[in-house]
Amino acid sequence: MAGYKPVAIQTYPVLGEKITQDTLYWNNYKTPVQIKEFGAVSKVDFSPQPPYNYAVTASSRIHIYGRYSQEPIKTFSRFKDTAYCATFRQDGQLLVAGSEDGVVQLFDISGRAPLRQFEGHTKAVHTVDFTADKYHVVSGADDYTVKLWDIPNSKEIQTFREHSDYVRCGCASKLNPDLFVTGSYDHTVKMFDARTNKNVLCVEHGQPVESVLLFPSGGLLVSSGGRYVKVWDMLKGGQLLVSLKNHHKTVTCLCLSSSGQRLLSGSLDRKVKVYSTTSYKVVHSFDYAASILSLALSHEDETIVVGMTNGILSVKHRKSEAKKESLSRRRRPAYRTFVKGKIYMKQRDDIMINRPAKKHLEWYDKDLKSFRISKALDRVLEPNCVIKTPEVTVSIIKELNRRGVLANALAGRDEKEITRVLNFLIRNLSQPRFAPVLINAAEIVIDIYLPVIGQSPVVDKKFIVLQGLVEKEIDYQRELLETLGMMDMLFATMSRNDSVSLSENVPAELPEKTESPCQPGDTDKNS
Amino acid sequence: MVEESVRVVRCGGSRLNFRRALFSADSKYIFCVSGDFVKVYSSATEECVHVLHGHENVVSGILLNPNNHLQLFSCSFDGTIKLWDYLDGILIKTFIIGPKLHALFIPTRAEDSIFLTISKEEPDIFQLVSVKLPKSSSQDVEARELSFVLDYVNRSPKCIAFGHEGEYIAAVRDFYLSVYFLKKKKTCNFTLPSTKNKKNAKNRFTCVACHPKEDCIASGHMDGKIRLWRNFHDDKKYTYTCLHWHHDMVMDLAFTVTGTSLLSGGRECVLVEWREGSEKNKEFLPRLGSTIEHISVSPAGDLFCTSHSDNKITVIHRNLNASAVIQGLVKDRSISTGLMVDPRTKALVLNGKPGHLQFYSLQGDKQLYNLDIIQQEYINDDGLIQIELVKAAFGCSGTWLATVEQRQENETELELQMKLWTYSKKTQGFALNTKIAMPHDDHITALCFNNAENYEKPILVTASRDGHFKVWVLADDSDIYKKAIGWTCDFVGSYHKYQATNCCFSEDGSLLAVSFEEIVTIWDSETWELKCTFCQRAGKIRHLCFGRLTCSKYLLGTTDNGILCCWNLLSCSMQWSAKLNVSVLEPDPYSDHVAAVSQSAEGSDLFVFKPSEPRPLYIQKNVSREEVQWGVFVPRDVPGSFTSEAYQWLNRSQFYFLTKSQSLLTFSTKSPEEKLTPTSKQLLAEESLPTTPFSLILGKHRQQQDSRLNETSENELIQLPLTENIPAINELLHTPAHVLPSASFLCSLFINSLLLSKETKSTEEIPDDVDMEEKEESDSSDEEKDFTEKAQETNTTDLGEDVIHQLSKSEEKELRKFRKVDYSWLAAL
Repeated sequence: MAGYKPVAIQTYPVLGEKITQDTLYWNNYKTPVQIKEFGAVSKVDFSPQPPYNYAVTASSRIHIYGRYSQEPIKTFSRFKDTAYCATFRQDGQLLVAGSEDGVVQLFDISGRAPLRQFEGHTKAVHTVDFTADKYHVVSGADDYTVKLWDIPNSKEIQTFREHSDYVRCGCASKLNPDLFVTGSYDHTVKMFDARTNKNVLCVEHGQPVESVLLFPSGGLLVSSGGRYVKVWDMLKGGQLLVSLKNHHKTVTCLCLSSSGQRLLSGSLDRKVKVYSTTSYKVVHSFDYAASILSLALSHEDETIVVGMTNGILSVKHRKSEAKKESLSRRRRPAYRTFVKGKIYMKQRDDIMINRPAKKHLEWYDKDLKSFRISKALDRVLEPNCVIKTPEVTVSIIKELNRRGVLANALAGRDEKEITRVLNFLIRNLSQPRFAPVLINAAEIVIDIYLPVIGQSPVVDKKFIVLQGLVEKEIDYQRELLETLGMMDMLFATMSRNDSVSLSENVPAELPEKTESPCQPGDTDKNS
Repeated sequence: MVEESVRVVRCGGSRLNFRRALFSADSKYIFCVSGDFVKVYSSATEECVHVLHGHENVVSGILLNPNNHLQLFSCSFDGTIKLWDYLDGILIKTFIIGPKLHALFIPTRAEDSIFLTISKEEPDIFQLVSVKLPKSSSQDVEARELSFVLDYVNRSPKCIAFGHEGEYIAAVRDFYLSVYFLKKKKTCNFTLPSTKNKKNAKNRFTCVACHPKEDCIASGHMDGKIRLWRNFHDDKKYTYTCLHWHHDMVMDLAFTVTGTSLLSGGRECVLVEWREGSEKNKEFLPRLGSTIEHISVSPAGDLFCTSHSDNKITVIHRNLNASAVIQGLVKDRSISTGLMVDPRTKALVLNGKPGHLQFYSLQGDKQLYNLDIIQQEYINDDGLIQIELVKAAFGCSGTWLATVEQRQENETELELQMKLWTYSKKTQGFALNTKIAMPHDDHITALCFNNAENYEKPILVTASRDGHFKVWVLADDSDIYKKAIGWTCDFVGSYHKYQATNCCFSEDGSLLAVSFEEIVTIWDSETWELKCTFCQRAGKIRHLCFGRLTCSKYLLGTTDNGILCCWNLLSCSMQWSAKLNVSVLEPDPYSDHVAAVSQSAEGSDLFVFKPSEPRPLYIQKNVSREEVQWGVFVPRDVPGSFTSEAYQWLNRSQFYFLTKSQSLLTFSTKSPEEKLTPTSKQLLAEESLPTTPFSLILGKHRQQQDSRLNETSENELIQLPLTENIPAINELLHTPAHVLPSASFLCSLFINSLLLSKETKSTEEIPDDVDMEEKEESDSSDEEKDFTEKAQETNTTDLGEDVIHQLSKSEEKELRKFRKVDYSWLAAL
């Protein structure tokens, strides 16, 4: 036979942002630390080696910050003009940066003066990067050229003059020492091979390219420019995989999470969006105070650093998880409690008798199952339940009403208990989703306790509060109806010939006014 | 083919709970009356084994023959008693009594005499009479000599019980208990304080039972009390004790075989077992689903069964565990969903138990399953306002099911909920997909899916009395974490705030017709634009349906004041109309025919027509004396072969309809017996095996195989002794290694022990192989078997046998050769 069916608890959709694994993960950061820089922060780069310092390029300086330091631990300031794109080498020992005057400089982390200066670009160098073999530097400049430099003898090896506009971004492959890509304002992203003197691949982004990013595997290329982020499949010869248009201003920077599962993009619209790299759907979004120019994630996503146009550097650290774990650890039953009686091996002559699994029931269900109706109502009127899950309380009241025993369950309560009931009614009566059930309950309460009114000042006070609430609600509903009438009139005059579209718009307001007709009755009884 | 005349036949779904069910002596079978038939069920498998038909009116009582427990007596309103052999389902004898028989009793001691309840000339006055059944060898025996026993008895057999050893009869009526002692021919009457006192107003007797061993009578009462009467041999000295647990009327009582406990049941849907007649010592079996109407106990004492108001028999073990449920068509509640056909199972679907949707197999006359829609604890049906399942519809060839439930406490408070269920192939059942609270502000009057095949997205339309119709579409709600689809409202339409009463999609799904009181509106289902309106200022629209196939350009509608209209959608004008008070308008989904049942004072008439012409193809006057409430076309598995034009509408599908008194009727040329039991005919009651559909399929094969195996083993098979049985090997294996002689010494001994002696032949392996082949063959024939004839099957098995013989002979020769080979070289090793 069918067992006891638990009371169906009416669930209501939770308003606001949906809670997903991603929102939990990306919200688990402390409040950002704001650091003021001298100018717009054009580049943030993390050292790939511990202790994971990061270099911030702003105006004519490069600051190196430690993980938790608010002050720079080192500064490179020997630039005549604006510095660009300070980038760490894979071993974290060297730093290369371009500058407005066309000179590419190479620094030792411990030193102060540049180790090498590569001169050859005639205009500002906006992008520099180390190749995978660590001995070469790639740079792109506003003179439309891309140059490859040799570090040991500080010579230019090769020059590519393929772009027809400023080269503003670039990225070297992490696997192949000869491959690198550059993006330019001529709307193209080109992949170069140092072994040839021509580009090996060219994709058309459609807008001036602001940032490019190669996946660690080298198979996928991400480019951003205009409002678009585009993902290209390199192995298929630069086929467009997906085009994302989630920002409403130019996307300026791109970054991958440490796991490679999420792609982040920062934009001038002051938002950072997080995409899943499997479905390319936005899974989370951050808001910042100003337009974002640069973005970087540290090892294991421990820190998010965002540089903005107003020179503010926002640093967010992940909340430490160790503390939380120690808090939530509760003493659990030992392992043997769970296996008790279940590890018995069946002998030959034994007959196994399986007991049906016991279904877990909530306390109120246990009470309802054995028809202890008042107790069930008491349980759901506990302050804990009333505040956290009022829908459970309402569902139980509804179920008692269905069973025809609501009056019995509400009757015979003392001052303290009836105050609890009234408090709940006052709190929830005016909520549209609970109103139909609670109005009925309120009427029953008034009917039952009308004879004893005046005996307890506490209860009387609650009744008066309830009356005031109902009156306020009636006024509110009347106002709403008036507004609705006005709107109806407006619609009628506006679209006299298009009656179909009118009917489509009206019902949106309808649910609001459903509860009003029942209420005048309450007030009569109340007063 | 000879054209037979089509007539209306009742098609199953009759009450199983009309009288107490009865167990056979070995508790293997349960008998219950079912309309004009007696049904024999297997108590273990719930399968209907036999249907005993022969009575011409409702069967009113059944009892086992006390002298031969393989025989069954049944009495009927047609005035006859019939004796059956229930194992073979054969009618043995018919005793013609004459008057309408209401109940049948056979005390254990009585030889040949049977007690019957008959009605006197006046209605509502019943007598208990006894009749001696003459011993005669002929089939039909007249036994019209009735001897009067008791007057003014209650019609229900629950109100009469026979005491232990058949010494007395206890009968209750209103506030009286009369005990009639058969030997002394004396009656003792006991009266309870009656109506005058308000407190005792519910003292009325409802049922009675007698203790099988002692002089003790148990009686049930309206107020839920059970009284145990003792010492009733004396009018003055009698005593009674009260047992009170039921809060409402006690519906039935039964003592167990030994008399140690008393079973009672009522509206609470709880079976109560009172141990040793004491109030404290009781056990419960709760949540039996609906009101218990009858309780019966098997003669062996190991099983009970309860008949319920929802046309169900529950078989319960002695330790109060429900073990089986025999469920018929649930009909005691009003049918609000109408009749539907599940496109997958071709089962008839309608609302059944409170809050459930039942799937009823028309072929097997049994319920396939119940879908719990409301999913709420059912308390009882006593004065509570339940949530009712009011509407349901299937969509997209059975992948979607929409249901609407409502609960109305008073005028202003209405709870509505719409649920959408999707068919899950994995679980082979419907799973809840979307729940919509308050889809409309008022009652939903109609519900329809767009069932056209060319629409990839399912669309549902609901029409409501609040003046709107809403269009619901399936929306993709999935994100990267989960895949989810759900239904959302896509469009809300209305027409001058009139109540929407009907909605209907055209066959190709391009048009939606919604009727608003007197006006029919046609909407484009792509853009939801109002295309045109038809107005017949004649009355509110009651039904609305589009024509199908060749007639898809027509729209049919019927109005409240008895007009059937047909509009042409191409010319947007009325094609024809007829004066007909239609109560059911049902299009056949597989042809262009439409059936309309009209209502008049004399009865209901059926008209079948094509929307293209106003002249009906077929008219059947007076299909039923009552009002026909619902009708449905059920597609046939095998198309019929009616050639005459009048009957062509029956070729593709069959028309079923339900009358106000909830009898399910259909049109057929065959007699009801032929029609009803296509499967149960094949069922052969086996003595040892419980009959399951599985055993039916496999059982015969097994038997054949078994017998064949036996034959072969007798002829030519001598079992090879098992390795464990050879003493040499046993010794070898069980002696500790350190005391064993060297391996070279043991080798010859060991190998010799494995050789067969001269007489035995090792043919074991060969038949084994053959068996494997044979099984495969039979397996494949199993799959086909469902529709093939038995003759074919025997053919294949014959072949199989041949194969065995041939193979074994050739193998035998081989083996003989082997035996001649000298194994002495082994010893030299």
